[in-house]
This record gives sequence, structure tokens and C-alpha cells, in this order.
Amino acid sequence: MQNPHEERALLEVRGLSKRFGGVAALSDCSLSIAAGSVTAIIGPNGAGKSTLMNLIGGLFPPDSGSIVFDGRDITHEAAHRRARGGMVRTFQISRELGQLTVFENLMLAGQDARVENALVSTFLRGRVARSERRVAERARRLLERVGLFRLADEPASALSGGQKKLLELTRALMLKPKLVLLDEPAAGVSPPMVRELCDTIAALRAEGLSFGIVEHDMDLVAELADRVYVLAEGTRLTAGSYAEVTRDRRVVEAYLGGVA
Amino acid sequence: MIAYLVTILTLVSIAAIVALALNLQWGLCGMVNFGIVGFVALGAYTTALLALAGTGPILALAGAVAVCALAGGLVALLSVRLSEEYLAIVTLGFGEIVRVVSLNEAWLTGGALGLPGIPRPLIESVPSESYDWVFLGLCLLALAAVFLLLESLTRSPFGRLVRAVRDDDVVAATLGKNVLRTRVVAFAVGSGVTAVAGGLQAFHFSYIDPSQFTPIVSAYAFMAVIAGGRGSNRGILLGACTVMVLLEGSRFLKDFVEVLDAEQLASIRLILIGLGLILFLIYRPQGFGREPRRSAGSLLGEAAADGRERTS
Repeated sequence: MQNPHEERALLEVRGLSKRFGGVAALSDCSLSIAAGSVTAIIGPNGAGKSTLMNLIGGLFPPDSGSIVFDGRDITHEAAHRRARGGMVRTFQISRELGQLTVFENLMLAGQDARVENALVSTFLRGRVARSERRVAERARRLLERVGLFRLADEPASALSGGQKKLLELTRALMLKPKLVLLDEPAAGVSPPMVRELCDTIAALRAEGLSFGIVEHDMDLVAELADRVYVLAEGTRLTAGSYAEVTRDRRVVEAYLGGVA
Repeated sequence: MIAYLVTILTLVSIAAIVALALNLQWGLCGMVNFGIVGFVALGAYTTALLALAGTGPILALAGAVAVCALAGGLVALLSVRLSEEYLAIVTLGFGEIVRVVSLNEAWLTGGALGLPGIPRPLIESVPSESYDWVFLGLCLLALAAVFLLLESLTRSPFGRLVRAVRDDDVVAATLGKNVLRTRVVAFAVGSGVTAVAGGLQAFHFSYIDPSQFTPIVSAYAFMAVIAGGRGSNRGILLGACTVMVLLEGSRFLKDFVEVLDAEQLASIRLILIGLGLILFLIYRPQGFGREPRRSAGSLLGEAAADGRERTS
């Protein structure tokens, strides 16, 4: 069931396992995300999707297995290094930085650690100001693109659920990533906003960005996904195009709870 | 009366420096420091020992800042593997350690007898009757310097980073930020600032002993930050004044209420202070000020100006 058009794998997950106490949240899970593609990960609740996302994002280490991103083994790399390496994730439940304004959320994501250094921030005002202006211009363009610029100075906590999802996506883009991992981008988002999100993701893919998407909204998966992985009970059930996996009886059974 | 006011203002500016330091650590970075009095004491003792050894006041202060910043960085580093609440316990422990060491290591700290005769800065070049005024000036100068430094840090990319780490450290890490480094630096800078307050206190009394550094100093700092509004350096200046007015102003109750004896008045004073703070929290829970946020306009307006500069 290999995708014939599959190009170089940007993210390669091999044999990933993670137990929490006696619960095997994920066991021997492998998948790959091709450069320039949208790869969806679906599965019923408790299938291990969020655990997989957290492992790839570096929130905690796996018990076994490896993660290779862009030709580099990142299995034991700290979360912030993965982000600097070009892989950014969002969260199932939006985690905006509530006390920061929408604009500051983007500024933060786009600013370089060398400028955020306390000494540089205090003493090299000119350099900081120049760098801030460059980042601000990018932030403005991105916010205008998704229609959030009019809310730039609002605290992020004041946004609606859908706007927060958009904010998370644009904030991720400020890091100029190669791969964006979206954890249920459509959950709790109004239908017109889902439409907007879909269009934005499709447009970004056309520009060469790769996505990994965990999603329950099958319309979104059908529209966007080049390849779909189905997870059930912590392990990979099947993979293929959307049409292929939805024809698979095991997938239907997994969703109906009858997996053998 | 004037002399009393000068003394109070001196103490207010010292307390305000502690509160500003706590604002960076707790208000902006979300790191609870219940042991901030330990850093004040460490700063005071380091300054005193260096000054007694013959270093100039500026060098003594600088030494204290370095020692406290290092200690603060280490304390923050100690707590990395622990969740946030544990930092409160670790800092509380640090405060106790400093107190117990200063009480028992008499060879270094003079123990309970303290360190007398700390040389005060400029004492020889200023007439003694106006010395308190000059020293107040020095304290206000130090406060202004600390305020400007912290205010510019708060509004800089570093301040934004610190606030982000406070709001959600996981998100900050997800956006490529080194959370540990940020916390350690913020805590170290705050501790270094606290050392300035400790040093000024040592110079002010020209005598220090462990009884000056009780946990109530930490409590005052927290009161000032809560009243001033977490994150707002300006609000905290006002907050520190308010707390001091409550604390010191209530001393004058005895002049107006004659039916009560001194002991009863002392108790009533504490009740009134508590009541004042509770009323404050009920009617103005967010404090006087709000943390500064950079507007998109200010960041982009500069961009437009910059573009014009380049084309012309």
C-alpha cells in the first residue's frame, strides 16, 4: 500500500512504543511523512494519536523506537531543539499564550534566541529593534493572510475557539518550519472556520510545506490527506489513501469498537 | 518628623527594589520565590563583609550582585526537575539556610551579634547632619536604575519570552524556546537585583544581624507585587509605597486612640494591615497596574519609519 508518488520521507517514525504505568498507549508504531504532503493520522479515541504527537513533539521520551526528522535522529532531542530544527506542533486543546497579545504570540515564535538573550535585549537596542521590525513585518503579513490582523492587539485569551486554532497555525508558521503537526485542528471550530483552515492548509502545501494532521473530521481528512494512517489500540492498523483505508473493514470495526 | 520621613523613604526604596526583583521572578516569569529574604540577607552580608574588608562600596555591591545572581541561578537550576510548586519549597528552604548559617557561623557573620561598623558610602565627604538625605538620594538613584533596567527588560524580546514561559512552558518549548535557560536567567537577574537592596540595607543601618531578615520581608515583597499588579513595574512602585504606608502609617494610631495600651494597639495594627490587604484584593484584585504589552502598531510604525529612512 505504498503511495507510488511518495517522495523523500521528511519524518520517519520507527517502532515507537510508550507505556504509562500498565497501559500501553503506543506499541511498535511506525509511519512516515513525505516531504510536501499532508499525512493524516486517524483512529478512535484512545488509539494513541495524542501520545504519538507528544512523542514526536518531544514532550516525553519513548520507551523504545526512533524518530528521524530531515535525516537527523531526534529521538532524544529536547522539544525546543526540534522546533528550531523545523518541526512545529499545535495542540488538541488550543494553548495560546493568553496574557500575550495575538501579535506578541507571533513575535515570540518568530524571534531568534540570540535576540531574546537578556544581555542583548538590554544593551544592543539597535540590533534588537531592527530584528523586531523584520519579525513584525512577517507577523503582519501572516495575520493579514488568515484575517486576524484586526485582532492583533487583543490578548490571545480573548479569541474564539476557531480563531485560536488559526492563531496556533500562524504562530507555527512564524518559525519557518518544514513540517507542521496539527493536533485536531478542526475540533470545536465552526464550519466556516474549518473551510478557511482547509484552504489555508491546502495553499501552504502548494507552497511546499508538509503537514501531519491528527483529525476526527473525516471531510477535512478526505479533502486534504495524501496519505492516511489508521491507529487503533496503540498500534498501526493500516495505511493508504483515504479511499483505501475507508474501504478497509478493519477500520470500520475499529471505529465501531469491534477490533479483534 | 522629617528625619523619620527620610528614613521611611529610604526603607521604601529598598523594599521597592526587592518587590521589583520579585516581579521579574514571580510576576513575569511565574517563579514563586518565598525565600527572597534569603537573597536580601546574602546580598547584605556579602556587601558588609566586602566593605569591612576594605573594598569600596561600589565594588562591594557589585560583588554582592554577582554572588546573589550565581546563587539564584543555582537555586533555579536545582528546581528544574521539580514541578513549579516545588520551587516555592526550595526557595523557602534557601531562605532558612541563609538565616541559620548567618546565625551560627559566627566566625564569618558574627552570629546573633551581627556585623557592626559597616562603612557607609560617602560618609567622609558629606557633613553628618545632611548624610541621611544624601543616602536617601543614593537609594532613590539605585531604585531608578533598577526600575529602568527592569522596565526595559520587560518590554524587550526577553520580557516577552519570560511572560510566554510563565503562561505555558510547554508551548514556549514547542516554539523553540529554551525554557530552562530562560527561567535560570530570569531568576538570576532577579536575585542580583535583590542583592542591591540587601547591600543598601547593610549600608543604611551600618549594622546587620539575622533578626533583620525574617520571612516578613518576603511577605512585604509579595504584598507589594500583588497590590502593584503582577507584571507591572510602575504599579509595583506604587504597591511598595502603599504597603509601607499601611505598615508605618498605622504606627501613628497611638496618637489618636488613647483608650488602648501599646500592646493592644500593636495587635490592632496587624489586624488593620490584614484587613486593608483583603479589602484591596476584593476591590482591586488586578492591582494598580497591568503588565506592558507591545502593540502591533508600535512595532510596525517603527517599520514604516525605518523604510522611509532607507529610501531617503
